Amino acid sequence: METAVFIVCALIVLSGAIGVVMSRNPVHAALSLVATLFGIAVLFLNLGAQLLAVVQVIVYTGAIVVLILFVLMLLGVDEDEDLETEPIVGQRVVAVLIGLVLAGAVLAVIIIGKDAAVTGAHSATAAISPTVANVVQIGQQLFTTYVFALEITAGLLTIAVVGAVLLSRRPKDLQPIPEPESMTEMGDDPLTVTTEEAAH
Amino acid sequence: MIAAASSIAAATVSGDPLLAGHIDLVIVLIVILKVVVIFGLMLVATMLMIWFERKVVSDLQNRVGPNTAGPFGILQTLADGIKFFFKEDLKPARAQMRVFILAPFLTVVPAFLLFTIVPFGGDFSNGHDGSVELFGHTTYLQLADPAIGILFALALSSIAVYGVMLAGWSSGSKYPLISSVRASAQMVSYEAALGLSVCSVVLVSGTLSTHGMVMAQAGEGWFSFIPHWNIIAAGVVPFVVFLLASQAELNRPPFDLVEAEQELVGGYHTEYSSIRFALFFVAEFMNSVTMAAIIVTLFLGGPAGPAILGPGWLWGIFWFLLKVLAFLFLFVWIRSSVPRVRYDQLMDLGWKVLIPLSLGWVILLATYYVARDQHWNGVITIALGAALGLTGYGLLRFAIGTSRVKRLQGVVE
Repeated sequence: METAVFIVCALIVLSGAIGVVMSRNPVHAALSLVATLFGIAVLFLNLGAQLLAVVQVIVYTGAIVVLILFVLMLLGVDEDEDLETEPIVGQRVVAVLIGLVLAGAVLAVIIIGKDAAVTGAHSATAAISPTVANVVQIGQQLFTTYVFALEITAGLLTIAVVGAVLLSRRPKDLQPIPEPESMTEMGDDPLTVTTEEAAH
Repeated sequence: MIAAASSIAAATVSGDPLLAGHIDLVIVLIVILKVVVIFGLMLVATMLMIWFERKVVSDLQNRVGPNTAGPFGILQTLADGIKFFFKEDLKPARAQMRVFILAPFLTVVPAFLLFTIVPFGGDFSNGHDGSVELFGHTTYLQLADPAIGILFALALSSIAVYGVMLAGWSSGSKYPLISSVRASAQMVSYEAALGLSVCSVVLVSGTLSTHGMVMAQAGEGWFSFIPHWNIIAAGVVPFVVFLLASQAELNRPPFDLVEAEQELVGGYHTEYSSIRFALFFVAEFMNSVTMAAIIVTLFLGGPAGPAILGPGWLWGIFWFLLKVLAFLFLFVWIRSSVPRVRYDQLMDLGWKVLIPLSLGWVILLATYYVARDQHWNGVITIALGAALGLTGYGLLRFAIGTSRVKRLQGVVE
């Protein structure tokens, strides 16, 4: 059962990941990202990490990708982008190289480690207490053992918010938009007749 | 199936007693039966809700409303549905076809899934735990009782955004696109208020599981006649915030800027016709029913109530239906009484009123519980906390006012 779920999810995750890279339409790429993140959430469920799965869906699928799509729609980047030009010269070669190195590293760990690397166990460490609910244990750990890390993260997020507010603030010496310069030599009101013409 | 597999591990902690032991064919069949029953119930409830809404709105506007199909026009929705089935399925030339087809399903599937965590019956009177006997197995009258409970509802409501967003975008038309941009901003911002008010309820109930929440609200109340409901136990503020935020999350009037007819033709589903449009329509009303059920579960004790005569589980269903019906009437009442808000008013309400209010309330509640655990003087702690919160709010308002004055001065000079 677990293996079947894993295989289905792995297929979804992988095809989503390929879709992110291969899609020519940015919105389709974002949707493929949603499929990948969702597959990972189900994988978390499969491992019994229910809270992690839900947080994955709420934060990544529900907020981050929605914001990505929001920006894509707001800016109207829905036409197929020209993929021939590279914004950074040589980024494609570098991307392929880094991808190969990462894949090689993962493969090396599996091949060298053999049984030690892939145990199939649910987690490296067992639950602290088998009778207390998962979520309760995470909460207790967060606010006792890891409270410093939690507070630092909160501080980091606050700094990010303050920075965003500062960037989006209006400049201090905001000037009203000046009147456009007159289009005709006679001034802004070409329809009024001049005194010379009135004499005729 | 996935939930079943993982709940074996968590069986010692919580969850439906049905899935606690060894899972055999009978148990699988019981779960499938529950799925089928809930699916049918949701469809019928949605059908009746559409009729109910049309009928009540027309009553409130001195009209007759649907009155031809069936007694009191109760089969009007069925007739509409059949008509939708036989209409031509139009496909706009500029639509992104794959996404265009996907979007209605992304809306309707979360609407169905949302009801799975709602306990809709069971005997909670006199200290019973709401479990019923079904074919010789003890189980709850709810499809799933995961340990994450109400977070599942939040996750689904964040998925529901996609249906609306993608429908508008993939139509290849201007008004639906505006609608979907509005929808994504609105639903994401109100999700925060929704989550924070749920946080208060979780603090009071001490559990995330919906069944646990109903259990916490059941039983003897204050002075033995005021029920121990979260609407009182958590203070009324989270309830009001949740009610407002849920209306905005559902895109119901007065927060229906997503489908404001006067501005956007029909909103995100302008280009949809026939059964695809019907899916959006069904999802919208189904979400209203489910949201009412979730409000009842969170704040009004769900199926908890006294069993006066006869079997207790039937009384559970009765109380649940009564409470949900009251909320559905309230939804329709709000819809027909309050004019639509402007978009900036909507955003101001979400970000500047509901989120700070619910955040402050969560902190105040947490302060109260810490004070109770540490045996501090409750009144002084609460007063001090409230005073601190109000001071912070005052300082914030002062800062905003000052910056506005300075900005205006800059513009004038």
